[in-house]
Amino acid sequence: MSAPAAIEVTDLSKRYGAVTAVASLSFALEGGQVLGLLGGNGAGKTTTLAMLMGLLLPTTGTIRVLGEDLLRHRYRVLAQINFSSPYVDLPHRLTVYQNLRVYAGLYGVPDSRMRIRELARDLDLEGLLDRPYGRLSAGQRTRASLAKALINRPRLLLLDEPTASLDPDTADRLRSYLRDYQKASGAAVVLASHNMPEVERLCDDVIMLRHGQIFDRGRPADLIAKYGRETLEEVFLDMARGRDQL
Amino acid sequence: MRGANSAAMRRVGAMIERYFYLLKGSWPRVIELAYWPTMQIVLWGFLSEYLVAHSSYLAQASGVLLAAALLWDVMFRGQLGVSVVFFEELYSRNLGHLFASPLRPYELAGALFAISLLRTLIGSGMAALFAFWFYHFPIWQMGFMLVAFFLNLIVMGWSIGLVVAGLVLRYGLGAENLAWAAIFAIAPLSGIYYPISVLPAPLQLIAHMLPAAYVFTAMRGLLFQHVFLGRPLALAAGLNVIYLALGLAVFLRTFHDARLHGRLLNLGE
Repeated sequence: MSAPAAIEVTDLSKRYGAVTAVASLSFALEGGQVLGLLGGNGAGKTTTLAMLMGLLLPTTGTIRVLGEDLLRHRYRVLAQINFSSPYVDLPHRLTVYQNLRVYAGLYGVPDSRMRIRELARDLDLEGLLDRPYGRLSAGQRTRASLAKALINRPRLLLLDEPTASLDPDTADRLRSYLRDYQKASGAAVVLASHNMPEVERLCDDVIMLRHGQIFDRGRPADLIAKYGRETLEEVFLDMARGRDQL
Repeated sequence: MRGANSAAMRRVGAMIERYFYLLKGSWPRVIELAYWPTMQIVLWGFLSEYLVAHSSYLAQASGVLLAAALLWDVMFRGQLGVSVVFFEELYSRNLGHLFASPLRPYELAGALFAISLLRTLIGSGMAALFAFWFYHFPIWQMGFMLVAFFLNLIVMGWSIGLVVAGLVLRYGLGAENLAWAAIFAIAPLSGIYYPISVLPAPLQLIAHMLPAAYVFTAMRGLLFQHVFLGRPLALAAGLNVIYLALGLAVFLRTFHDARLHGRLLNLGE
């Protein structure tokens, strides 16, 4: 028997009154794959991520995560997934170590001290463990937040702009680390990003969102070839500006 | 089942650890916890000393005002211990992380109760020691009754705290002043310093629905007549069960609404 898909979304919609944030979204993601969600501001990326975590209830549609119906068995699923976003903070007054300890407890991580040391080494946080999260730079916060997202070795990792605020060198090392983690663990990753080179490098598959709907989907190289462009960024700009050739 | 329970306890423990770190990391906060109740006792202590010398009513039980002030503070601190500590999650924009983890909202409520108990014991405990040292009023002489009063009042505080937390989930931090206002709205009806029989009849009806009113009735019975009034305490406990269930229901309902309207990711400063 084959393993269930990491994500199966069917006819997913979210409406706020007359405003439709996401409309009739359907897609699947296999384990071990990296899916990129691309789209301009307000395209529905964060709304989709929030629904995949159960933080936001859909208006219609079904979500199966790791073989479970997310709306019915949310808590069974949540123990196996995690997320990071520059728009959601960790408690400012707690140190990085204390924050990671608390989340290790929430996720039931065995031997949390060892796991925290491991992540601190991998994400270059060793010198920051005793510093309050609120006193970190934006880039350091991003790394601390990513450490929190990896604390439970998630089988599904949801990342909203994971390299925002990082300098190019750190961002590059982080991408390599994420790719290595994903390959070693077989985890599925959903990545919402505006950074096109990052998406090209990390993602096996890309969903392009516009006005809450899937505009197109495919492998980055296939999309570039399909639209006759040099880079994914050019494809994105065409989509965002609604150019006729699309 | 046992595995699920131990996982739930572990998550509650993790949240208690989170709030303990917060408390431990700021000595001014710990001092502040004890400062306000102690100042209250300073005021009520001097007032008591003056009134005892001029009032035959108070002369019968010199500690009644101090006991009332101390016990009222239990309810006040209990409520703040739930609502204000919950606000910390909004101040730090942490709700999204918390509820993307396996933490259930009622487990968060359990952790808030635990930390509220600790904060109340620190604040009211220091004030009680002060009342003993400076006014020679040992509130612990109430014995078992003190435990019954304390539990009833802190549980009522928790119920109000959950409703306030729910309203802030619904309306955002603009509603945080409710944390301070809510409890003072019921203070005049709780008969803290006077029997509720002095209230106008319609207000007495409301007072009879408040567990605190029964607790303070029982407290006066103990201090003035030296009798154990079991019935008011039983009524208070019964009402508290109802109010705690209602408080939890409001909190869970507003949590559900927050998921429906996308507030868990957006709420914060």
